[in-house]
Amino acid sequence: MDSALIPEGVKRCPLKWFAVWIGILNVPLMVGVVGALLCWGLALNQTNMNNNYPFALWIAADLGVIALGAGAFFTGFLRYIVKIDELNNIVNFTVVIGVICYAAALGILAIDIGQPLRGWFIFWHANVHSMLTEVAFCISCYFMVLCIEYVPLILENRQIDKFRFPHAFSHRLHEMMPAIAAVGVFLSFFHQGSLGGVPGVLYGRPFAYREGFLVWPWTFFLFILSAIACGPCFTILITKITEKFARKQLVKRNVIDILARISGWLLAGYLVLKILDTVYWVSSTAANVGAPAGSFYANEPFGVWVLITEVGILGVIPAIILLTKRARENQPLLMLACLLNCTGIFMNRWIMTVQSLAVPVMPFDKFFSYHPNWVEWATTLMPLWAGAIVISLSYRYLPIFPQEKELNPL
Amino acid sequence: MFPFAFEWANDPVHFVFMGSLYAVLVVLFIFMNYCGIRATLDWLCKKDEPHHH
Amino acid sequence: MKEEHQKGHGKTYKYGMVVDLDKCTGCGACMVACMAENNISFRKDDTNKLVSNFWMRVYKISNGLPFPDADISYIPRPCMHCEGHGHHHATPCVSVCPACATDYDHETGIVSQVYTRCFGCRYCMAACPYHARVFNWWDPRWPEGMEKYLSPDVSPRMRGVVEKCSFCFHRLQRARNKAYAEKRREIGEDEYQTACTEACPGGAITFGDLDNPEHKVCKLKDAPGTFRLLEKLGTNPKVYYTTTRDWVQKAADVYVGNEGNGVTPA
Repeated sequence: MDSALIPEGVKRCPLKWFAVWIGILNVPLMVGVVGALLCWGLALNQTNMNNNYPFALWIAADLGVIALGAGAFFTGFLRYIVKIDELNNIVNFTVVIGVICYAAALGILAIDIGQPLRGWFIFWHANVHSMLTEVAFCISCYFMVLCIEYVPLILENRQIDKFRFPHAFSHRLHEMMPAIAAVGVFLSFFHQGSLGGVPGVLYGRPFAYREGFLVWPWTFFLFILSAIACGPCFTILITKITEKFARKQLVKRNVIDILARISGWLLAGYLVLKILDTVYWVSSTAANVGAPAGSFYANEPFGVWVLITEVGILGVIPAIILLTKRARENQPLLMLACLLNCTGIFMNRWIMTVQSLAVPVMPFDKFFSYHPNWVEWATTLMPLWAGAIVISLSYRYLPIFPQEKELNPL
Repeated sequence: MFPFAFEWANDPVHFVFMGSLYAVLVVLFIFMNYCGIRATLDWLCKKDEPHHH
Repeated sequence: MKEEHQKGHGKTYKYGMVVDLDKCTGCGACMVACMAENNISFRKDDTNKLVSNFWMRVYKISNGLPFPDADISYIPRPCMHCEGHGHHHATPCVSVCPACATDYDHETGIVSQVYTRCFGCRYCMAACPYHARVFNWWDPRWPEGMEKYLSPDVSPRMRGVVEKCSFCFHRLQRARNKAYAEKRREIGEDEYQTACTEACPGGAITFGDLDNPEHKVCKLKDAPGTFRLLEKLGTNPKVYYTTTRDWVQKAADVYVGNEGNGVTPA
């Protein structure tokens, strides 16, 4: 029925099945919408957050999706600035993933702030000394960049492309893409970094605080590196999942391999710096303010296992897999490495925000545990369902994967 | 924040920080307009652009 | 920048507090007075202290020893009105607020909170190691008729914003207005006192200008056995605590061993 909209030379499932699939995805999405409406209507008492945990699942998820979305700018950087031409076959898809991740981050923030209608104050009354201001500026601008990158993809839909203006506009946008990618890279480096600065500058919280270079704490640089280390892995992961659902190969192995290899090297570099940072922080920064490392990990569930899991299981293992040619070429192993890598970075964001607040600072202060309730989970998972819908629609109606025709001749 | 806001201060932080924001917004604005104008010209002049695929 | 604003505005003050922990009985009068004075909202069931509003909070510590050596101490904790690291903009919460909703007033040393400016990101709460900041998780509601008893000098806070102790700033404004009407430039020590200071039956809290040698706090803050919470972090608070009990001093703060001033690690 919608065959006129589907790109030429590719096969898609019948519209009926597609509608059912979208319908299924809408169910959990609507649960999330209910959660969001509860928060907006009845205030944030609907969550399990409290005065000891003013930053909770939402902020961790926010930092997490932005790190995962780094695949968009970093692939753009590799494609348009470093000029690795093979990546042309996946750069479109990274833009789609990026749009979803950044829209998710902005959406979650809109629920997370206590007075959503005042959200614009961050621009209007900006405190230029706050890391959060830097984050808000860069994320909003970069989201615009992503939308600008997404527009030509939409205009390439078979029916829209027939019109002369959209066709010409899309063509002109394509021509200018390296420039826009450069703006994106500039913005992304700063906001990935300033997200690291968000916990890093909190000198009242020895667990989070790091010394640094000029106005930027070390976490600024660690966050950039970890984001570009996990972004490509997330791209691989989502591509593979999309291939599973589409039941066909969409991107050639060599393209995936380039991303996996780059990711591996970056992850290894990140881990070295992360370990150095941890050693320096424990032995100097935190020790000097009377916060022994033992106190950081004294309260379960935030025990030492957290650090071991984050750096060891979710860091070193994927790095080894990604750097070993034979392991990397084994598809299930590659998937595992990508999954571990992404989980590790997500866990790092959780630790830097939530555990930072969980550790009591005053010696007579008590530890309280926190677990997110259904409202927080439902809203946090919304990007997953909304993202699946956006990817499904984009895959069905837009020429996202240039290699699809070649890999799957009709 | 605009330079006429009462919180504004003529210090390097404000110039660099707000300046960067406005620079990016201006670049994006010019970029979109440039592409829009060029596309409009292509369309009006009926010039056949080679397809980029 | 802020110092420039200050030019031509005359004298600066540094309001602060010294709390004598040996005089504090933990009665909670300061908390009650603070809630009444500042229109702090509460709920019918306010047992979950993690989501209830306190500007002043009294903590209890114990030396953990068996009878007859058992001893306890109470630590009243208002906002510390931290001055922060050396240069301006470095109060932990002020430097992070993305919307300039909280400010360090260099004229009075008071950290303000602009409720109508705050959009509830709670970054300041993350920055404060003292839990001095609380979030309005609920809409403020008072029992029928009680709204008539609210203080007209303090605006009640809407839901979704952060609030905290203001050192009863409205009392300073009132004192200034009175002084102005009487054609005076200076206000006396007793003209501006916080509600908790006045309410404390044991006289444990002393409030005044830390820089003014005529004010009691100025001398008290330099007395032996006086310390501040988490001094090592460099938050530079303006609330001092004093005690003659060694264990209280050790239990109330963290030490790394090079402090001097008679304080040794526990």
